[in-house]
Amino acid sequence: MEQLTQFPATELARLIVGLIGVIALVSVNALFLIWMERKVAAHMQLRPGPMEVGPHGAIQTVADAVKLLGKELITPAEVDRPIYLLAPIVVFLPVLLCFLVVPFSQSWIIRDMNVGIVLILAFSTLTVLAILMGGWASNNKYAVFGAFRSVAQNIAYEIPLLLTVMSVILMVGSFKLTDIVAAQSRVWYIWVQPLAFILYIICATAETNRTPFDLPEAESELVAGFHTEYSGMRFALFFLAEYTNMFIVSAVAAVLFLGGWRGPILPGIFWFLIKVYALIFLIMWFRWTFPRVRFDQLITFAWKILIPLAFVNLLITALVLKL
Amino acid sequence: MITYCKEILVGFWSLLAGMAVTIRYFVKPIVTVQYPREKLVMTPSYRGYPQLVIDPETHTHKCIACEMCSRTCPSQLIALAGVKFPGAKQKVATKYVHEHYYCSLCGLCVEVCPTDALEYSQEYRLAGFRREDGVIDHLLLLQKRQQAVGLPATPIPTDAEIAAALAAEAAAKEAREKEAAAKAKAPKPAEEPEKAKPKEAPPEEVKE
Repeated sequence: MEQLTQFPATELARLIVGLIGVIALVSVNALFLIWMERKVAAHMQLRPGPMEVGPHGAIQTVADAVKLLGKELITPAEVDRPIYLLAPIVVFLPVLLCFLVVPFSQSWIIRDMNVGIVLILAFSTLTVLAILMGGWASNNKYAVFGAFRSVAQNIAYEIPLLLTVMSVILMVGSFKLTDIVAAQSRVWYIWVQPLAFILYIICATAETNRTPFDLPEAESELVAGFHTEYSGMRFALFFLAEYTNMFIVSAVAAVLFLGGWRGPILPGIFWFLIKVYALIFLIMWFRWTFPRVRFDQLITFAWKILIPLAFVNLLITALVLKL
Repeated sequence: MITYCKEILVGFWSLLAGMAVTIRYFVKPIVTVQYPREKLVMTPSYRGYPQLVIDPETHTHKCIACEMCSRTCPSQLIALAGVKFPGAKQKVATKYVHEHYYCSLCGLCVEVCPTDALEYSQEYRLAGFRREDGVIDHLLLLQKRQQAVGLPATPIPTDAEIAAALAAEAAAKEAREKEAAAKAKAPKPAEEPEKAKPKEAPPEEVKE
């Protein structure tokens, strides 16, 4: 991507180099986040976490990934074969597409589309489809329970998510992510829209199926939920998608509320990554603090609290802007 | 409406309180011990297997090979031998082997020792891969412990040294017997024996 900023390359070359960069970022990010998650979990439980492979266990996840690559890809006898094989691909592709518009810094952006935020929200919704495909095709009661829960949860949490994003979009007047960052040159929107930020983080946690909203893959109830029947690299793709989704929702939160790449001294890319990983740490912090909610609590929370609050926030934003 | 708002605010506050608890634990030092890398510090009252005391003055052990411990051991696990070197006042242990895998840690050996040469070890990691790993050679262990604290290791007498000491002792004994025989024959004092051995030392056998 560095070359792209210096030389006026064709769009195709930009896309190809961007795609390679994104795939590299996705892999390294997932390896790092799994290690980080284990370290955060361990330290919150007064343990040191992985320590053996590499300094402070830094390459533990590399070893795990190599092991996972060597695992047999098991296809159970009674599965709906085409859908079963398609699901891990469908879960992973939209995740890659979302990076198309993520602005890492002023110039580090593959395509600065004028529908940026809509594109991200649209493609991140496809994850639900993949989860439903995987759960349904597995022909396993736990998998299908997990898939159904995921669909109900994601439909419920998509609404307040979009409403909170709308209230920011109303203030900026553009879907373009670079415009949203540019609009925060004086003050970050977290100070203008604190309620929207809180609602967004809650919805993002639910969207990425993270604790306390990890009902689709509730270990204590559903074995592993929708990916119970998947093994080897197919399982790894679901795993990779989950951690990349975390990166994307955090990146969107950083753009919408924390001023994107803006920050003193350091170059923009560093500020962007610092903000993203701080938000990811927040999501991990949730995981090791809050117990999983019950399904009725989950739906009640979305429809009775999040959606009304998001609506009120949107209305107040609109009124203030109009006045 | 008021209860609804109150519920949201109280609930939100409880979430923040919960997160405050976990972040406090996040920055606390870890409490688990990394088993093969780290060791616990045992309390002074911990009674591990018996081991030889390092004398703070002589920097070596105090065992005189009197065999009290091996005789008092209810399971007869202690095998030791000692020899008296020419010129020395006391015997010194040349072998001290403890079959720890049968030991009931009764501590009788520590209590019975006349020179307080034994103490309880603080070692608690006793797992081994073979039965022989449970056999403790205390003289080797003493050398390791001396090296660990930077003291000169007490040398373990070699077989040749032991044989030489035994020969010297046998010669001294023979000389004494000759002297006694001469004394019995004639009341006049006998000649000095070739080997310089103190006469007051009682004849001692070497136990193997």
